Amino acid sequence: MSNPVLTQFMAELLSGRVKLVDLTQTLTPEFPIIQLPPEFGQAWPFRIEEISRYDERGPAWYWNNFSMSEHTGTHFDAPIHWISGKDQPDNAVDSIPVENFIASACVIDVSAECAENPDFLLTVEYVKAWEQKHGRIPERAWVLMRTDWSKRAMPREYLNMAEDGAHSPGPDAEVVPWLIQERNVHGFGTESVGTDAGQAHHLNPPYPCHYFMHGNNRYGLQCLTNLDLLPPQGAVIFAAPLKIRNGSGSPLRVLALTPTV
Amino acid sequence: MSMVASAATRAAPAGKRRGYDGVAVTVPVTIPYVRYSTRSAHWWLGRALAELIRGAGIAKGEVDGVCVSSFTLGPDTAVGLMQHLGMSPRWLDHIPMGGASGVVALRRAARAVQAGDAEVIACIAGDTNHVDSFRNTVSQFSRFAQDAVYPYGAGGPNASFALLTDYYMKHYGASREDFGKLCVAQRDNALKNPHALMKKPLTLQQYLDARPITDPIHLFDCVMPCAGAEGYLVMSEERARALKLPYARVRSTIERHNAFPEDPIQFRGGWAMDKDALFDHAGVAPADVDFLETYDDYPVINAMQFEDLGFCAKGEVAGFIRANEFTIDGSFPFNTSGGQLSVGQAGAAGGYLGFVQALRQLTGSAGRTQVKDAKIGVVSGFGMINYDRGLCSGAAILERGATQGEAA
Amino acid sequence: MTEPLVKPKKKNPVLRTRLATLPPVPRSRSALGLTRAAAEGVFEMQVCADCGTVQYPPREVCGSCLSEHVAWKPVDNRGELIATTTLRHSNDLYFRERLPWRVGTVKMAAGPSVVAHVHEDCAEGGTVRLTLKLDRSGQAVLHALPEKDTPNMNDAPQLRESTCDPKFRRVLVTDGKSATGMAVARAMLEAGANAVFLGDASTWKTVPAFDKLVASDPRLQVVELDVTDTDSVDRLAASIGGKVEILVNTADYLRDGGILNRKDVNLARDAMEVNVLGLMRLAQAFGPGMCFRAADGSNNAVAWVNILSIHAHAALPARGAWSASKAAALSLSQTLRAELRGAGVRVMNVFPGPVDEEWEQLTPPPKIAPSGLAKAIVKGLQDGVEDVYVGDIAEELRTRLRENHKAVERELGQ
Ligand SMILES: [Zn+2]
Repeated sequence: MSNPVLTQFMAELLSGRVKLVDLTQTLTPEFPIIQLPPEFGQAWPFRIEEISRYDERGPAWYWNNFSMSEHTGTHFDAPIHWISGKDQPDNAVDSIPVENFIASACVIDVSAECAENPDFLLTVEYVKAWEQKHGRIPERAWVLMRTDWSKRAMPREYLNMAEDGAHSPGPDAEVVPWLIQERNVHGFGTESVGTDAGQAHHLNPPYPCHYFMHGNNRYGLQCLTNLDLLPPQGAVIFAAPLKIRNGSGSPLRVLALTPTV
Repeated sequence: MSMVASAATRAAPAGKRRGYDGVAVTVPVTIPYVRYSTRSAHWWLGRALAELIRGAGIAKGEVDGVCVSSFTLGPDTAVGLMQHLGMSPRWLDHIPMGGASGVVALRRAARAVQAGDAEVIACIAGDTNHVDSFRNTVSQFSRFAQDAVYPYGAGGPNASFALLTDYYMKHYGASREDFGKLCVAQRDNALKNPHALMKKPLTLQQYLDARPITDPIHLFDCVMPCAGAEGYLVMSEERARALKLPYARVRSTIERHNAFPEDPIQFRGGWAMDKDALFDHAGVAPADVDFLETYDDYPVINAMQFEDLGFCAKGEVAGFIRANEFTIDGSFPFNTSGGQLSVGQAGAAGGYLGFVQALRQLTGSAGRTQVKDAKIGVVSGFGMINYDRGLCSGAAILERGATQGEAA
Repeated sequence: MTEPLVKPKKKNPVLRTRLATLPPVPRSRSALGLTRAAAEGVFEMQVCADCGTVQYPPREVCGSCLSEHVAWKPVDNRGELIATTTLRHSNDLYFRERLPWRVGTVKMAAGPSVVAHVHEDCAEGGTVRLTLKLDRSGQAVLHALPEKDTPNMNDAPQLRESTCDPKFRRVLVTDGKSATGMAVARAMLEAGANAVFLGDASTWKTVPAFDKLVASDPRLQVVELDVTDTDSVDRLAASIGGKVEILVNTADYLRDGGILNRKDVNLARDAMEVNVLGLMRLAQAFGPGMCFRAADGSNNAVAWVNILSIHAHAALPARGAWSASKAAALSLSQTLRAELRGAGVRVMNVFPGPVDEEWEQLTPPPKIAPSGLAKAIVKGLQDGVEDVYVGDIAEELRTRLRENHKAVERELGQ
């Protein structure tokens, strides 16, 4: 028995009135990963080795082995990733209810501010001003911060390292709890290598986005791209991480459904 | 330079050595040389044996002893060759002594005949020469050559002899002109030998102008590797006479291996240790010798043999060469076949070349190379440059037994 | 006097590249004692324990007294050059391509006479120094050198065949950003390298000393290279593989940690990725090109250098995973050596003790300055050896490993 909503959805999709936008970065060995001080454990970058390519290693087929961390490339952060979220229920990628992998999205465009100031921090005031213009952030929606960071040259400008560490934008320590308590958001997404700003270890608490989002069983998306193709409101995000037992996150394909104007 | 005389510089007197009474050396055979051969060594050795049997007028089964020398017979030895040739000898020897093989084979065979271990011994030496034979032979010549000589430019014997020629010329006064005189004389001799591969005359100027191969060795100081075989028979004089074969008798022989190991480089051969034994045993003096056939892989070795066999004193070779003529009709008939330098070097057969030529001289069958009235001849051999020097030396004094006319 | 080597001209791209040939390889097992000595850069011959005779060529027993106790020992390398010749003909392809070739007989002060390659600056009748070197086949040969060094001596074509001098060659330093990498680059430039490619695995990271170095000499060129990334290695090989004549693998991943004091194998894997699989990736990408150019003129591809550690031979339990990676790299280098030998490209392994760099901060002295390590590498290449031990600690451990490897094991574990 068919559901008229789904039938209608497919019709809209096929007609092009609803468009799919790929928010995913291509996985390549050179795609930057977050850099921690070298004495800490390090996430593996994406690495790929050919198994065979229609040759003596496998005459009719081509395939590869690859390796990477749970936090390599465009990836999903589960609450268990952070110490504040370690005791939350259903906090790992395999136990998160699958319903949570689809959610609407609000895209807050701070690209102009970030072009001026790579350390730009998103504030409550800024979000309120955005709501004035684009409407209130709905319940259980992704808040995606459009910085145009994905358009930066890889890896130097993207990581933007200086002697005092990375310089990239993110939310400040007030806006994250505000988004959770006042707007009940689903999670926070960014174009840069983390959901927090490059200098977020100097905030209080350090890494507030990780700390509060995961401490409240919310999610993170990072290394997104093509946010400039989404409307401020109205897009729907499909973001389903790999089902890794007790996984703290996972690389994934992030797709947005967006209305064409 | 230290040149401490070894305790064994001179061999002990050979008073107790038995003579070679009753031994005949006969049927000199040469299988005509070719520059390259597609045959194997077995073919060349088989041809030599057949010629010996034919020349002696005996049945194949009458040859009951065989002595073989060959570099290219591998993987066979004399043993495998016997099956190959269908021979069942009661006496068999394999002599891997290169240029000393002809003399050493005689020593072994003569004693076997004297002792009655065999009656008719065929001494044969032969090698083939494929296009790549020489390189293969040289690269695998010996362990010391492999370890300590071949990796140094892979010049083969040219390089080793160049070094000792260089040293010899600087310390013993021989010049290129002296060596050239010997080479030119040998070429003159070779022009009278139908078996010689070198058919054109050589002048001293051509010798001197030749291209350098490995200083101070130039083109005409080098032998030309080729394929060929040589052979002779050893039997009792009684048997030789019964077969009406012209033959030579053996007056004396010597052999020596690894002589003077303390010499920093070779400037003398084992003959220097044994020459007195050689001549004393034979009861002749160098002055009695009618011709000399040396092993002549390089002219410097000829010069050493003149000195070390006592034809002149050490260091006086230049004067000796200048004072003599070395052609067949000269004052010192020498390498009357033309020697390897002009006939070609057929591997181990090169160690037989002088010996077989001496037999021809003493049996009156040397044709246009015949030295008039040759009665006493000296053959010397020299072989196996192993590391930096030739290790085997030998010599024999042969005398005319019965010539062609007398035997018939 | 040796004519100084002239900087090779740019290659004519339409001429066929001369392929590698090797001088004669076979040796008896005894003679491989010379190869061992040459590989380690020492001059040793067989000396009879019973009668003291020094003998050559190597034998199974003493050629003088027939004693079986013949041991390899350092001997006086001087001698008189009593005869020489210049080969203008050879039976071997390798030498045919390199004629004329000078060899000679040296009467050693220690006793034996030896046939040796003779340097053009040696006068016949004069005193020479003998040295054992590895030729292009990787086997030992004797070279007679002038009694005292002469100008441009190493430029003599014959000697250059047995060495891997960086002069006029192009060098890839796989991790050019490390202290060692930068020092190696500097030393190569000083040694006259034509170009030094500096691998950079972290182009996002600013290292002022590196930037300063790169700006200091136009012969330096930064190239992106992450040895853990097959694609990165392949891309670089496709770009400069035909130019690398000496490859110095400076990439290293040094972290503390043994087995039981860690909860995971990540550190070990990271070390293996860099130190072992990185070496293998480099070899697969650069090895064939180097083999192809192994006889290409006076700046032919000659050497592959691995910077290992003395702990490749004996684990330092405090750095167990790292030690294991170095041991694995040593093993891999032996395979690589066997595979490159066919073309005559030499694998030189460097075994330093602790190097004075950030990851050795807590290691007490003595530590080797990166510049000292780099100097030893250049000297090893100029000498043409296979194994280079650098620093007092490396030398001491090497000696003690020969004496009692169990003692070393116990003490390193304390
Ligand atoms: Zn001894």
